[in-house]
Amino acid sequence: MTAVLDFLFWLFHDGAVSIFGVVTVLAAIAVVVSQNVARMAFWLIISLGCTAGLFFSLNADFVGAAQLLIYVGGTLVLLIFGVMLTASGPFLSIKTSPGEGVLAGVVGALLLSLILYTAYAVDWVNVSPRPIQGRVEVGFNPPAEGNTTRALGLSFLGARPDKDLGSTGVVLTSGYLLPFEIVSVHLLVVLIGAAYLARSKRRKDSSTEASL
Amino acid sequence: MTLLFAAGSIAEFLQGHVYSEAWALVIAALIHAILIIHFFAVAPLFYIWLERKVAGRIQDRLGPTRVGGKFGWLQTLADGVKLIQKEDLCPQAADKLLFRASPYLVFVASFGAFIVLPWSDGWVAQNLDVGIFFMLAVMSLEVIGVILAGYSSGSKWSLFGGMREAAQVVSYEIPMAICALVPVTAAGTLNMVDISWMQSGAFTNWLIFHDPFCLGAFFVYFTVATASVKRAPFDLAEAESELVAGFHTEYSGIRWSYFFMAEYASMFAVSGIATALFLGGWNTGIGIEAALLDPLRGTAKIGALGGFSVGNYIANLVGCVVFITKGCLLVFVQMWVRWTLPRLRIDQVMVTCLKYLLPISCFLFLGVTLWPLAVHQLTGQTTLLSQMNIGGIEFGVPLGNKAYRPIPPRHSGTFESKTSHVEPAVEAPAEIQHTAVVRAAQMRAEVRP
Repeated sequence: MTAVLDFLFWLFHDGAVSIFGVVTVLAAIAVVVSQNVARMAFWLIISLGCTAGLFFSLNADFVGAAQLLIYVGGTLVLLIFGVMLTASGPFLSIKTSPGEGVLAGVVGALLLSLILYTAYAVDWVNVSPRPIQGRVEVGFNPPAEGNTTRALGLSFLGARPDKDLGSTGVVLTSGYLLPFEIVSVHLLVVLIGAAYLARSKRRKDSSTEASL
Repeated sequence: MTLLFAAGSIAEFLQGHVYSEAWALVIAALIHAILIIHFFAVAPLFYIWLERKVAGRIQDRLGPTRVGGKFGWLQTLADGVKLIQKEDLCPQAADKLLFRASPYLVFVASFGAFIVLPWSDGWVAQNLDVGIFFMLAVMSLEVIGVILAGYSSGSKWSLFGGMREAAQVVSYEIPMAICALVPVTAAGTLNMVDISWMQSGAFTNWLIFHDPFCLGAFFVYFTVATASVKRAPFDLAEAESELVAGFHTEYSGIRWSYFFMAEYASMFAVSGIATALFLGGWNTGIGIEAALLDPLRGTAKIGALGGFSVGNYIANLVGCVVFITKGCLLVFVQMWVRWTLPRLRIDQVMVTCLKYLLPISCFLFLGVTLWPLAVHQLTGQTTLLSQMNIGGIEFGVPLGNKAYRPIPPRHSGTFESKTSHVEPAVEAPAEIQHTAVVRAAQMRAEVRP
């Protein structure tokens, strides 16, 4: 009984991170291994969904919800939609040669070692931000439990409540206002471009031109 | 969100009285999960019966009358038993894995939305500060299951249904999110419990009556929400007269019923969003229930169970009944619309969304951001009504004055040590204490009890 209880406690308390992590990795491997495009998309849903679960269990609620909305709800729907529209047969499959597998494995291992080296080079205990007295305290949960929405919103508007307040003689930062504006203008350009490319192309025949 | 499955409150309450922290956490998690799963399972049973009755009455029939006595109220249960007995078929041409998995995707996405739905003051499975954003994000995953079901069935009818669903839902998600943003902008928070709190008191405090843009946003939201749960007149994905049964043509038995359970549960979920964002959440709108129920809170404590208060429970139960009633009324309107209006064509559905609903919702969103500025210029206050108190009911209280203010420390005892590591706070220096942010925090600190 105690063992069951201990297991359930671990599962609800700390186990979520481990379980989501393991499932993310396994589903990511399944994406690479499977040869059917629709199944790849399915495994990608599981993998990205579990990444969102990782964010949730690490108290990054906003990032987790954004991950679900953008990657799982947006990008993957478009991916499956694209597969459905472009597939020539009923179930499109992709076959990879062993050489490609080896090459991908080498590149993947190099990237993994780079990420691991970087992650272990940082002293995470000392760089993690400390809560500052006088920061914006609104909402039910403390910031350590996922209430980061206001801080994020303020930093997009140009104020960093975690940085600008509290340390003496610091020049007020501009937050993320400039990158946010650049990205939003960029997205607007992309939207207009997409609408221009996708517009219905009416052929002007000579009769209409003459009548005009 | 420290604890993924359990809110702090029940766990905290239990750990002093039940055996240990571990038991408290496990029991709290199970209580939340089981309560929501039961609502998720029982609500579709009721709604499917209601749908048959509503359809019958609108078409001048009686609907089910025999199973279970007078009103045929056991009809859905009989259908459920029949569906469980049916053979679980999988077509030869289908992609077996995806075909079997996609009902669960739909089911899980629809169920996930219930995690943040505020049933009553303090009755919410996870009180997320990104509540409505989380809910919209999770509900947008339902379409993936539908598309995969349509694609993996290996049938042309299903494929057409899935493609229509993809085109329709991806388009309707945009005005839905923008319309949900309109009351969120007025309230200034994404937390659904907080938004419901702000609408307490008389019904004039409901966000639907906050300004003309919120009023418009409610009707646009309800139209778009009906489309996003693929209800008629927008049920193109399963259009029976054209596509046999659309994306679930090849499904049978219990897997087929999962799609329907998810659809009816989603109907309540979108109605719940509308209730919490526009229609006052768990508040009755009469304004006297606060005077009646607030004295109950904290009374009749059960000695052996320490913090458990019967008065609190009764007050919350009233709120929960009010919330579910409002949600069910909106679901009834969805059924009424379904059996009244004819189905649109797919091009009409897309034109309605992209040429009308999307620009309207953008206009409403722009309007609600300018509204407080305009009202303040004209009247010198941010609410249209002046602040007054008639018979104990508050009118025209600015929304910000009703916002929840945190009372630290939230956790007590051994529970905190495992969940959060709070470093010693750094004092803000004198030279920047004039900034608005600091001043707001100081004002908040003063009103704390």
